[in-house]
Amino acid sequence: MTLFVGQLRREFIVMFQSLEEVANPLVFLFLGITLFALATGGGPDVLADYAPAIIWVLVLLANLLSLEGMFRRDYEDGTLEQLVLLARPGFVPVLAKVAAHWLFSGLAMTLLVPFAALLLYLPTSALFTLLMTLLAGTPALSLIGAVGAALTVGLRRGGVLLALLVLPLYVPILIFGAGAVLQQMGGMESHAQIYWLGVISVVSLTVTPFAVQAALKIGLEQ
Amino acid sequence: MGGALLEISDLRCEREGRTLFSQLNLVVLPGQCVELTGPNGSGKSTLLRCITGLFPDFEGMIEVADMLYLGHKPGVNLLLTAGENLRWYQIITNSHGSPQEALVEVGLAGYEDVRCQHLSAGQHRRVALARLLICEASLWLLDEPFTALDSAGQVLVHELLADHCEHGGAVVCATHQSLGLADVVALRLGGVSVP
Repeated sequence: MTLFVGQLRREFIVMFQSLEEVANPLVFLFLGITLFALATGGGPDVLADYAPAIIWVLVLLANLLSLEGMFRRDYEDGTLEQLVLLARPGFVPVLAKVAAHWLFSGLAMTLLVPFAALLLYLPTSALFTLLMTLLAGTPALSLIGAVGAALTVGLRRGGVLLALLVLPLYVPILIFGAGAVLQQMGGMESHAQIYWLGVISVVSLTVTPFAVQAALKIGLEQ
Repeated sequence: MGGALLEISDLRCEREGRTLFSQLNLVVLPGQCVELTGPNGSGKSTLLRCITGLFPDFEGMIEVADMLYLGHKPGVNLLLTAGENLRWYQIITNSHGSPQEALVEVGLAGYEDVRCQHLSAGQHRRVALARLLICEASLWLLDEPFTALDSAGQVLVHELLADHCEHGGAVVCATHQSLGLADVVALRLGGVSVP
């Protein structure tokens, strides 16, 4: 527990020291949604139909944008190899790093989205469902993304490879996330999809910390 | 392991089609200091990384006690202060030394609350050296610890090593300069093996 809290505290300090980096994905999300609102040109009805898809795709891409930085700095300054060598059990600080990443990307995006949804004329009745899908789905994005980020940490330009590794695994989350909101807008129940997102997040939480730990070892081998 | 802090037998490592070392045997006992020398690219850093487990692509056997590794990269986060860096290090190693005292000892008194991005390369190295003081590991693996240090800093490293060996610890140090300690085992890579 001390290890988790200590690592989380460290991540918070580092993130508050590099706020512009942390804000990047959020700005990207907001700009993306604004541009869609401007470019679609259709009325509220057209925009509202596409709103869940637009928001979820942009959340996915913004998340991808923030992934590369998850272990990059630690890899470059050598603290990552110290962490892998010394921290026991090794998955605890990994979990703390992912938790910090989620708080500053997934959760921050979830809080930002209601404002963005206004731009896309998303019906207020569907807003709650959208928030629930984001809250249930974004932890899985950070957790699965961490495995990709760890695997590509040793590569100088791992961005494209990271996207190729991670995006296919994001697809179910995207389908359930956007699907739930669309169903809600169509007047149907959307609980099942939200539960499924929860399941994906919980399974990721159980499995990925160990995968990240192993991936970091591979990423550091050179 | 019979009291040895590090035991390497019949180690062989190949990188990029070149054999860096083969049939390497080494036993390091408490109080001993191994001076690991050799030209650039002879495999000094690779040997140290093999011992830590960061580089698993080798043949042979390595048995190692609790160790502390100080590599090329100082392992100092630039966005944290010197004190925060050491406190984090303390948490992950579960050690109990005082970060403040360690910083004073490595000549960084008064720098505890300064962000490391405002420190020089030599001072980063000193923050890294302070880790040696707060950690209780018995075997130190040091990869060119003299890099970027001024002459006072180099004397400090010599003192730290001598003190650690006197108290029953052991050191494997990749270096290009003589360590000048009492119980030094010389190991030269990329040529003739001395021991």
